[in-house]
Amino acid sequence: MTILAFDWGLVIEKLILIAVVVFGSLGIALYTTFGERKVAAILQDRPGPNRAGPFGLLQPLADGIKLIMKEEIIPTAANKWLFILGPALAMTASLMTCAVIPWGSDIELFGRKIALQIADINIGILYVFAVVSMGVYGIMIGGWASNNKFSLMSSLRAASQAISYELAMGLALIALLMTTESLSLKTIVEQQVQGNWWNIVYQPLGFLLFFIAALAECNRTPFDLPEAENELNFGYHQEYSSMKLGFYLFAEYINMIMSSAIMASMYFGGYDLPFFDESTVAPNIAAMIGVGTLLIKIVLFIFLFMWIRWTIPRFRYDQLMNLGWKTMIPLALFNLLITGALILANL
Amino acid sequence: MQPLTNKAQAVSRAPMTFWERLYLINIIKGMFITFSHMFKKQPTTRYPEEKRAFSPVFRGLHVLNRDEEGRERCTACGLCAVACPAEAITMEAAERETGEEHLYREEKYAAKYEINMLRCIFCGLCEEACPKDAIYLSETFAPANYTRKGFIYGKPDLLIPNPKTEASDLALARGVEA
Repeated sequence: MTILAFDWGLVIEKLILIAVVVFGSLGIALYTTFGERKVAAILQDRPGPNRAGPFGLLQPLADGIKLIMKEEIIPTAANKWLFILGPALAMTASLMTCAVIPWGSDIELFGRKIALQIADINIGILYVFAVVSMGVYGIMIGGWASNNKFSLMSSLRAASQAISYELAMGLALIALLMTTESLSLKTIVEQQVQGNWWNIVYQPLGFLLFFIAALAECNRTPFDLPEAENELNFGYHQEYSSMKLGFYLFAEYINMIMSSAIMASMYFGGYDLPFFDESTVAPNIAAMIGVGTLLIKIVLFIFLFMWIRWTIPRFRYDQLMNLGWKTMIPLALFNLLITGALILANL
Repeated sequence: MQPLTNKAQAVSRAPMTFWERLYLINIIKGMFITFSHMFKKQPTTRYPEEKRAFSPVFRGLHVLNRDEEGRERCTACGLCAVACPAEAITMEAAERETGEEHLYREEKYAAKYEINMLRCIFCGLCEEACPKDAIYLSETFAPANYTRKGFIYGKPDLLIPNPKTEASDLALARGVEA
């Protein structure tokens, strides 16, 4: 019986947390699709979806029902297993990222101290990078398994784009890690809560590079070449229908939420509400305020993503590669150099 | 040639400066332009709730007129059908019997009067050709239909409500059309 003699409370609390985070992000992703359409409409002087329910709030449900009811088509020439694996992998990879995001400070419930983070692993950021790079496999496999030349080309584009921008992303991040001296997201956020300034103050260039790379990683405009409608007929998910297509589209929105959460945590203080001393209120209330703050930061980032999408046209592929290799990476290295010099000079 | 407006500008072929090559400034400028559109008035008419008024010369669905006593004005002379460039109008004439004086204004009337709304181009030439003021183009348009047959409008669809017996319907129709 010794094998069962561990802290069952921990298992239960983590399971509940996982359920809340996963379904919460799915719910937010659902409404992000609605937000995307609304933001697009408002930026273009249109009212946007406003028929289903009050202010069109039931639109995402209608879209979801429509996607589920559609016929599931697997092309005869497609590799069936990989065809199914593609969207599953894309979805899994994007959902797995949320494991290391600290959603708030610790809360106390039933005499237990519960961390609002699924796993505070000491290599949190490395884990994020590992999982995010898995995401491109979903696109690669889906594009290849479709047995369609446009899908294949688009997945090749996606792969090379992801690789190019992950480099710049990683380099931008190393500069941040040099200042924080920790890979754990929880520690990084706590440093910002305790310290005076958010990391954006120390790493403005790093943040800009990270943000641009995040746009590219999420396949958002102006880097949405993998799904370029006009040249590749929607790219890697061209052959997909019904919920498999839904998973691809959903994975993109979850990626967006997760990268927003990571950017908020690493550069904008995570759950830290500025000009507010958390120790003046009860820890549970402080944690709730923290969660709310992080959610607001995430929403603002998502809005920024959408705002950019409906402003800037797509890059040409050579421009994308030039920007990645000839601008972002040298700038990231420069940023690294400056950061190193400043740390050496002890500023 | 002398430029007609002062809007013509020579395209600058100068190489881009450092700031221009960064693009960031122009991107931010563009983002502020899109942001400003969030506060602009939307030109959208939310259709079923809100209807845009037709212009006073709008030519819509036809109506067949009656006189003040509720008698049909059409005498089936066929001038509208002749005038119609789309050949959308067909009719069959009949002679008024005794005892039908309260139905038809003159001795001859249209027993059948059909307009094919799929052919009609709503030019209004029938209205102009009519010597009896019997046909007018109203301010509604033909609603959608599932069959082609549904677009052939007969007399029951075209005739206005009788001002004597269906005065309330007529008022309603006028109110909607006005």
